Amino acid sequence: MLELIPRREPSIPLQIATPILALALTLIAGFVMFTALGKDPIRALGLIFLSPLGSLRGLSELTVKATPLILIATGLAIGFRAGIWNIGAEGQFVAGALTGGAVAIALHPTDGVWVLPLMCLAGIAGGMAWAAIPALLRTQFNVNEILVSLMLVYVAELMLSFMVHGPLRDPQSFGFPESVLFNPGAQMPRLWSGGRAHVGFLVALAAAVIAFIVMRRHSFGFAVRVLGEAPRAARFAGISERRMIWATFLISGGLAGLAGLFEAAGPVGQLVPGLPAGYGFSAIIVAFLGRLHPLGIVAAGLLLALTYIGGGTAQTTMSLPSATISVFQGLLLFFLLATDVLVGYRLQWRR
Amino acid sequence: MGGSGGGGLPDKGVPLLEARALSRGFPGVKAVDDVSLTLAPGEIHALLGENGAGKSTFVKLLYGVLRPDAGEMRLDGQPYAPESPSAARARGVAMVFQHFSLFEGLTVAENVALGLAGHVADAALVARIADVSKTYGLGLEPGRRVGTLSAGERQRIEIARCLLQEPRLLIMDEPTSVLTPQEATQLFETLRRLAAEGRSILYISHKLEEIRALCSVATILRGGRHVASCDPRAETAKQLAELMIGATLTPPSRPATIDGPVRLAVRGLSMTSAEPFGTSLADIGFEVRAGEILGIAGVAGNGQGELMEALIGERRVSQAETITLDGASIGTFDPIERRRRGVAFVPEERLGHGAVPGMTLSETMALATTERGFLDWPGFTERAREVIARFDVRTTGADKPARSLSGGNLQKLIVGREIATLPKVFIANQPTWGVDAGAAALIHAEITALAADGAAVVLISQDLDELFALAHRIAVIAGGRLSPARPVEELTAERIGLEMGGAAHA
Repeated sequence: MLELIPRREPSIPLQIATPILALALTLIAGFVMFTALGKDPIRALGLIFLSPLGSLRGLSELTVKATPLILIATGLAIGFRAGIWNIGAEGQFVAGALTGGAVAIALHPTDGVWVLPLMCLAGIAGGMAWAAIPALLRTQFNVNEILVSLMLVYVAELMLSFMVHGPLRDPQSFGFPESVLFNPGAQMPRLWSGGRAHVGFLVALAAAVIAFIVMRRHSFGFAVRVLGEAPRAARFAGISERRMIWATFLISGGLAGLAGLFEAAGPVGQLVPGLPAGYGFSAIIVAFLGRLHPLGIVAAGLLLALTYIGGGTAQTTMSLPSATISVFQGLLLFFLLATDVLVGYRLQWRR
Repeated sequence: MGGSGGGGLPDKGVPLLEARALSRGFPGVKAVDDVSLTLAPGEIHALLGENGAGKSTFVKLLYGVLRPDAGEMRLDGQPYAPESPSAARARGVAMVFQHFSLFEGLTVAENVALGLAGHVADAALVARIADVSKTYGLGLEPGRRVGTLSAGERQRIEIARCLLQEPRLLIMDEPTSVLTPQEATQLFETLRRLAAEGRSILYISHKLEEIRALCSVATILRGGRHVASCDPRAETAKQLAELMIGATLTPPSRPATIDGPVRLAVRGLSMTSAEPFGTSLADIGFEVRAGEILGIAGVAGNGQGELMEALIGERRVSQAETITLDGASIGTFDPIERRRRGVAFVPEERLGHGAVPGMTLSETMALATTERGFLDWPGFTERAREVIARFDVRTTGADKPARSLSGGNLQKLIVGREIATLPKVFIANQPTWGVDAGAAALIHAEITALAADGAAVVLISQDLDELFALAHRIAVIAGGRLSPARPVEELTAERIGLEMGGAAHA
C-alpha cells in the first residue's frame, strides 16, 4: 500500500520550484495529448503560450483578462488562508458591476472626474453587501458559508438579468437586454490607445502588493495565518473567528465587486446579461495556483489569462475541440496540486 | 550490559528475553544505540529514561512495530525477530499502551472481543473475562459500557485483553499517567501477582518513586544509549534522576508562607462544556495571592481543559465579576485584554494550541503579543533568541517551524515566552508533561522565581510530586468541581488521591 508520510520540514526551494515543475509536466502531458490528437504539438503549445506575447494587442488582452483574476484571487486567498471559504466571488463580481453600473446609469450623461471613483466605491459596496450575506448567516446561525456564497452566485446573475431587462435597460435598445453605453467619463481610462488594457490592471497589481505587505507584516495577516493553520491557537491568541469571518468576506467581496465594476466600465462599457464570464470561479484556481500568495497570484493570473487567450487562438487556427483547452487547464491544476502534496509529504511503500 | 552484570538479577537459568546490542536509527538521529537488556522470568524490569532517551523506540523493537538496524533478540533462547505486533503476540509478548483504543459505546466484553482476532463477545468470552478479572483482581464487569468507566478501569480492560492471550512478557508504557494514586496501587498489586506466576513485566516510566516500589531491576537509557543498570530499591529517587539526566539536580527551595494581597480570584464559575464528552465546570472558586503558587490536582479530563479555557478567556462568562484580577472584573475580557493586564497562560497542548505547527519560532513568540497593527518582526526574532538561550531550547534557529522541535523543547519555548512577558498572574496547565527531567527542573525553578517576585501562579497538574514540590496550597478538581484549597503541610498524597477519585468533597 502506498502511504503519505508528512515531512517534518518541507524544503523552501522545493516549495518555490513546484509551480515550475508543474508547468513542465503540463507541457509534457500537453505534448502527448496534442500528438495523440494528431495535431502538431509544438505549434499548439507555441500558440497557447507564446502567441499572445508577440503583439501589443495580445499583451493588452492579457492584462484585460488578468485584471479581474488577480483582483478577485487576491481577496479570496486571504479568506482561504484563514480557512474561510468564499466560493461565491462570481456573485459578488456581478453585484459590484450592478451597483457600480447603476451609479453610472443614474448619472448618465453627467461628466466629471468624480463619477468613476464614485462608481468604484459603489462597486466595492455592492460586492461587500453580497458577501455580507454568507458572513452574517455563518456568524449568526453557523450556516455553511461555501453553500450560501455559491448559491448566491445564481441569485446575483438572475438579478442582473432582471435589471437589464427592466429598470436599467437602455430605452433606445430596441428591446435588447442591455443598459446604455457608459459615458466616456464613466469608463475606465485606457493604458494606451488602441488596446483595451485599462488602469484596473494597475489597481490589481497594487492590491496584490498591499495584500503581500499586510499578510507578511500586519497583525491582521498574522491572525489570518494562525486561524487557518490552528484554530485553537487562534482562540488562545485572542483572535476572534467571528471578526475574521466578517473581515475576510468583506475584503474578498469588496475586491470582487470592484473587479465586476472594472469589467463593466472597462472592456464591456455597459451592463449586459452576459457580463459574468466565470472570472469569479477561475480566480479560485488562480488563488491556489499562486499558492495563496499575493505575488504568486499575479503570476498565476497572468498565466491563466495567457492560456485563455492563447488557447482561444489555438482553438480557432488549428481547429482544436473546445474541450482541449479546458483539459489543458485541468492538467495544469492537477500537476500543481500533485507536486504540492509531494512537497509536504513523501511517498512510502508499506505492506 | 544489563545482563548478568546488573545488580539484583535473580539467576533462573535461561532468560525469558535477551536483547543484544539493538540499534535503530531515524534520519538524523540514532534513537536506540547498542542497547542490551536481559529479562528473567518473573522479573519486573524498569525501563527508565527522559523523553527522547529511546524508551519508546526500544519497546517498539521488542513488540515488532519497528525492526532493528542491528543487534538480535532471543526469546526463551530461540531467535526472536517479530515482523509485526501480531507476530510478537503469537510469541507471547503483549503490550499495554499509554493511550487506550476503546469504543465508548460498546461493553467491556465487546471491546475485548474486538481486540482479539476471531472472537465474538459470547458467553464463553464473558466467562473468561470474569475469570481473568477475578484471578488478578481487575474488578471488571464484562457487561458494562466503557463510556461509564474511569481511566483506571479502562486500562484494566486493556490488561485483561492482554492476559487472555496468556502472555509471558507484558510491556507497559507509562501505565500510571492516567491513574489516581489508589488506582496505581491497585495496578501494582495486579502486576506483582502476574510476576509471581513467572510472567515478566517490562515497565516503562519516568516516575521514580513507583519504580522504586515495584521493580527489582532498572535499565536506564540516555540519548539512545544504555547508561546504567541498577536495583532501583537500593537507590534514592534523586540518584535515579541524576542517572537519567546525567547531571546533578537541585530541587526548588521550599516556599515560605504567603500574605500578599489577592491577585486572582474566581467566584462561582460554572460553564457548560463545548465538547460532547467534555466536563462542565460547576461553581468553581479560588483565590491566589501575590507570591503564591496554587496547585490544582486532578485526573485528566475532570475539567482542567475547560477551566483553562475560562481562565484564558477563550470562552467567556457572562458576568465579569466571576473572575477578578487585583480587584478588577475581567470575566468578560478576551485573551488579549487579559494579557494586557498582565496575565500569561501555558496551555496543556503545545502543537495547535500554544503554538502553530507550521509557524517559525519567531512567529510562535508573536502568538502572545498584545500589539496590533504592523508588527515588529525583528523584535520577535530577538525575543525568540533570548528565550532559546535562557531556556536552553534545542533548535538550529528562530526561523525553524515549531513542529520541528521535540515536545519538551517546544514546551520550554512556550513557557519561556509566557514568563518573558513578566506576568502578574501566571496560569499553566501541565507545564512539564512529557518534558525531560532537566527541562522540568528548569521550568520549576523559573515558576518558583516568578512567584518569589510577586506573581500569583495557578499550576494545574496531574503530577502530584510536582504539586507537592512547588505549590503552597493545593485544590483538587474532580468532575468539574474544585475542592477548597488547603496548605500542602496539611495534605498527603493519599488524601488528594481520594478527592481525585471524587470520593470526598469535604
